Amino acid sequence: MSGADRAGGPVPDEVLDCRGQRCPLPVINLARRLPELPVGAVVRVLADDPAAAVDIPAWCRMRGQEFVAAHPDAYDVRRTS
Amino acid sequence: MSPSPVYLDAATAAPMHPVARQALLAALDDGWADPARLYGQARRARQLLDAAREAAAQAIGVRADELSFTPSGTAAAHSAVLGGLTGRRRVGGTLVHSAIEHSAVLHAAQWHEARGGTAVSVPVDRLGGLDLAAWAAAVAAPGVAFATLIGASHEVGTVQPVPAAAAACADAGVPLHVDAAQLVGRVPLPAGWSVLTASAHKWGGPPGVGLLVVRKGTRWESPWPADERESGRTPGVVNLPAAVAAAASLRAAVADAAAEAARLAPLVDRIRARVAAEVPDVEVVGDPVDRLPHLVTFSCLYVDGEALLHALDRRGFAVSSGSSCTSSTLRPSHVLEAMGVLSHGNVRVSLHRETTEADVERFLAELPGIVADLRAEAGVTGL
Repeated sequence: MSGADRAGGPVPDEVLDCRGQRCPLPVINLARRLPELPVGAVVRVLADDPAAAVDIPAWCRMRGQEFVAAHPDAYDVRRTS
Repeated sequence: MSPSPVYLDAATAAPMHPVARQALLAALDDGWADPARLYGQARRARQLLDAAREAAAQAIGVRADELSFTPSGTAAAHSAVLGGLTGRRRVGGTLVHSAIEHSAVLHAAQWHEARGGTAVSVPVDRLGGLDLAAWAAAVAAPGVAFATLIGASHEVGTVQPVPAAAAACADAGVPLHVDAAQLVGRVPLPAGWSVLTASAHKWGGPPGVGLLVVRKGTRWESPWPADERESGRTPGVVNLPAAVAAAASLRAAVADAAAEAARLAPLVDRIRARVAAEVPDVEVVGDPVDRLPHLVTFSCLYVDGEALLHALDRRGFAVSSGSSCTSSTLRPSHVLEAMGVLSHGNVRVSLHRETTEADVERFLAELPGIVADLRAEAGVTGL
């Protein structure tokens, strides 16, 4: 996909709605879904647990995936490997 | 049969030192009177209070008249910060603090902000070490009345560069408070501070006693309603038996501190190495070198912190956690957040004088299986 969304980042290829879930569930759902997408794909995780703001970037660092951007209650992650 | 308990949460409260218990019981007989009165019982109480103050001051290398006993470490931290701001209110209304202060300090900062003051938070790096350049710039800004820095992180153990931070404060003419709750009775105290606080139950004293030390010449002014006790620094009568026990155990802890640090630091090294090697997908956080001798923190990927604490408790292990699900606010630890490290599945292990090598070995032997079981139950194994 190409173009940019309203937040100025890449348009996500998929949106994972984890609102209402407590950590670590948003991270677990991201870890389950991302490997099923092609390399280069961007997934947007919707999460309103404040811990997601810390744990999604930390997961990307530990797993060698790219943390693209944080929006209010939403986090964009690109599969790089 | 339930497993024998292994208490590994000394950073919250260390088990009471036997010396504290003896002193507490002895002081209950003689220390009930008000030391300020003019009769025999009061004079005996006054002697006990003076001796406790002298012993505590000597143990940490300050003058007795610089030291006050407060009703808790939290009260000491509140007094330190708010008194430092009050004493220099004509200079300005800005408080500078690190992003990883204890909540007692942060709550005092919020109190200050709610009353029209300003608080500037200075970031830390991934290991939890203070950004010294940002600190120096923050304290040199106009209108800074006071600065406060935790001596070492109570959550991840990283020792802060207090001498360098203090030098920046001195250059800017800003007095510095050091929250030494995890240092006193454990490691030598750094130099350069104007106000220092500590908490007795962290070194094996009783709960409900804090230390507030204000160096001679510091422009510190009590933020509380007037009270003549404790040099006017903290209102209310001192819990004298507890203060006597705090001072006695402080002297004992300081005397043993070097030997205890030499005994516990290798056990913490062992926990850091073995947890990283034997628990898959774990992040051991905090500085591996510039750290407290008795404290280590790690986070287990995909594991619920509260479930982990309960599972450890069932096996007899008492630890604490910075994960959001274990906090009353349901927010992750501000310390882990400031460092940008994994906050769920978090465990803090802190050792004390009763911790044995066998305790640590049992913890290390059981932890990988406990984490594996939790991951299997949650269906996240191999994720």
